[in-house]
Amino acid sequence: MSTDTQTETQNLTLVQAVRDGLRTEMQRDGDVIVLGEDVGKNGGVFRATEGLYEEFGDDRVIDTPLAESGIVGTSIGMAAYGLRPVPEIQFMGFIYPAFDQIISHAARLRTRTRGRFTCPMVVRAPYGGGIRAPEHHSESKEAFFVHEPGLKVVIPSTPADTKGLLASAIRDPDPVIFLEPKLIYRAFREDVPTGEHTVPLGEAAVRREGSDVSVYTWGAMTRPTMEAAENLAAEGVECEVIDLRTLSPLDRETIVDSFEKTGRAAVVHEAPRTGGLGGEITAILQEESLLYQEAPIERITGFDTPVPLYALEDYYLPSPTRIEDGIREVVDFR
Amino acid sequence: MVQVLDESGELVGDPPDLADDELVALYRHLRLARHFDERAVNLQRQGRMGTYPPLAGQEAAQVGSAMALDDRDWIAPSYREHAAVHVHGLSLSDILLYWMGHGAGGWRTDVNVLPAAVPIATQVPHTTGLALASKLRGHDAVACAYFGDGATSEGDFHEGLNVAGVFDVPAVFLCNNNGWAISVPRERQTASPTLAGKAVAYGIDGVQVDGMDPLATYEVTRAAVEKARTPGERPRPTLIEAVQYRFGAHTTADDPTVYRDEAEVAEWRRRDPIPRLERFLRETGRLDDETVEGIETSVREQVSEAIERAENTARPEPDAMFDDVYAEPSPALRDQRAALHRLRDRHGDDAFLKE
Repeated sequence: MSTDTQTETQNLTLVQAVRDGLRTEMQRDGDVIVLGEDVGKNGGVFRATEGLYEEFGDDRVIDTPLAESGIVGTSIGMAAYGLRPVPEIQFMGFIYPAFDQIISHAARLRTRTRGRFTCPMVVRAPYGGGIRAPEHHSESKEAFFVHEPGLKVVIPSTPADTKGLLASAIRDPDPVIFLEPKLIYRAFREDVPTGEHTVPLGEAAVRREGSDVSVYTWGAMTRPTMEAAENLAAEGVECEVIDLRTLSPLDRETIVDSFEKTGRAAVVHEAPRTGGLGGEITAILQEESLLYQEAPIERITGFDTPVPLYALEDYYLPSPTRIEDGIREVVDFR
Repeated sequence: MVQVLDESGELVGDPPDLADDELVALYRHLRLARHFDERAVNLQRQGRMGTYPPLAGQEAAQVGSAMALDDRDWIAPSYREHAAVHVHGLSLSDILLYWMGHGAGGWRTDVNVLPAAVPIATQVPHTTGLALASKLRGHDAVACAYFGDGATSEGDFHEGLNVAGVFDVPAVFLCNNNGWAISVPRERQTASPTLAGKAVAYGIDGVQVDGMDPLATYEVTRAAVEKARTPGERPRPTLIEAVQYRFGAHTTADDPTVYRDEAEVAEWRRRDPIPRLERFLRETGRLDDETVEGIETSVREQVSEAIERAENTARPEPDAMFDDVYAEPSPALRDQRAALHRLRDRHGDDAFLKE
């Protein structure tokens, strides 16, 4: 899973792992530049870049004007010139002004120039609900970016993966959308390798082995899914929980292998159901493993509504109870 | 920079044509806005409300400008214009409900106020559209956008002003330049010497006003509204830069001590709009101890009642999130609503709620 062999670790939260990942890569490679709103002196509104400004200076940690399209468009130019920009968008709900730059230019600079120019940058943004935030602060719109050829899309769910995947994203020769589950920025700690640490893009992780049903999830939904799996285990249902980690490209092999073992599947995501990644995973299983299928594939997702203001957001997000119910439907199907 | 009252409340310009009771009402609105803001921050600290963006320091620009608008005019606010939208007709409990996470808060069918724009500068082109529609319909309603200094860096600001200039729309673009876009100071936002100067690029007038002078902000906005409201003639938009300061944090989730010098805050507190107007009104015999005391009491009561009303509003039914996504719910939405009903019947609400 991890490409390094050292054993020295630090006990970090997920957001501290972001910082540690950025710091380590900035030390390793002088071309890595962090830029965005409030990333410098303020250390980021979630403190994800705290201390980097002091350590690397204002040429490498750049507080920008409030302009998402400007931040990402500038990063594209820097990347084409040979730097490795890591722009931060403060919340995923504010990424849309930069959408044009990401979709129209970052994603296809390589194609349009037949490889003469490339766009090795990592657009970081906290995503997702559950923190009682104001409007436009809770979006989970990963499907927009997965749909775009030329981009890679990564969502970690643990501190060690966060550091490792972020390092791989920064070293990747293509543009990566790196979405951070802010609900679990500080929810728990984990031992994270100190120094250089990478986790390869494009490989899912099996978080729990089980023989009865495969449950696919990512990011902040990994924890309620694991909780549901443990509750179901007490009833004798063994879930295999797959944390996809990279949403584009998808790890079809791990997805399919697990399904061919269990014959049953559920997908858990907090994004709206229609057009969400659950549909894509279901299609992969239909294409690759139709004859293994023993039950309809269940999607346990957010609803097809804007994320409600916080008085109702707990009803919107899949809870362990909802996830358990959905998985039972799959397991009980005869 | 236009100024009517200097920092100490001394008259240095022509006072606006406002009756004595209107001047006292202006003062009362400033006091109301300040007290509302203090209580709202406390509610958040006590866990009775979500993240809240404070306005203290910015009362004059909000109240002064909003009092220059008529009921038929439109406001397209950012998320910090609690005082302006209240002056225009939203109740304080309407405003509190929104920040308490209720979808029913922050707007009313009988008040021309768009919902708070949380993404930055997106309301600027909306304002151009409202104003263009008013003109196309032959109405004389003016549309007024409120936004911060950070918003002037966004593409939407430039696109909205450009279209407004080309089509001669009856709009007022009011930039509450409060000096900081979270941690980024005005000097790192733009190399332009003034924000009002950006108007030149769009062929419209720009005017810079002391945003902590309530009489100046009233007067400058009134003049801009008059220039926009010219039935049968050529209306013209105006960009107003109201120079001011936010005393507190960007939001209750922000800690300004990380990036801001306390001496700077103290310096700006000397320009506080409330004592400034109070001194002018007292010295011109429009206000005395008794009236000030009465205003203080009534402001406290009004805010307490609004908090009580908002807190006594029942949590919305989960069905509310499926309402109004479309005029007619899609089949998928009907299915999902029914599925949530079944889940609640089976498990009760405790299975969903984290509190």
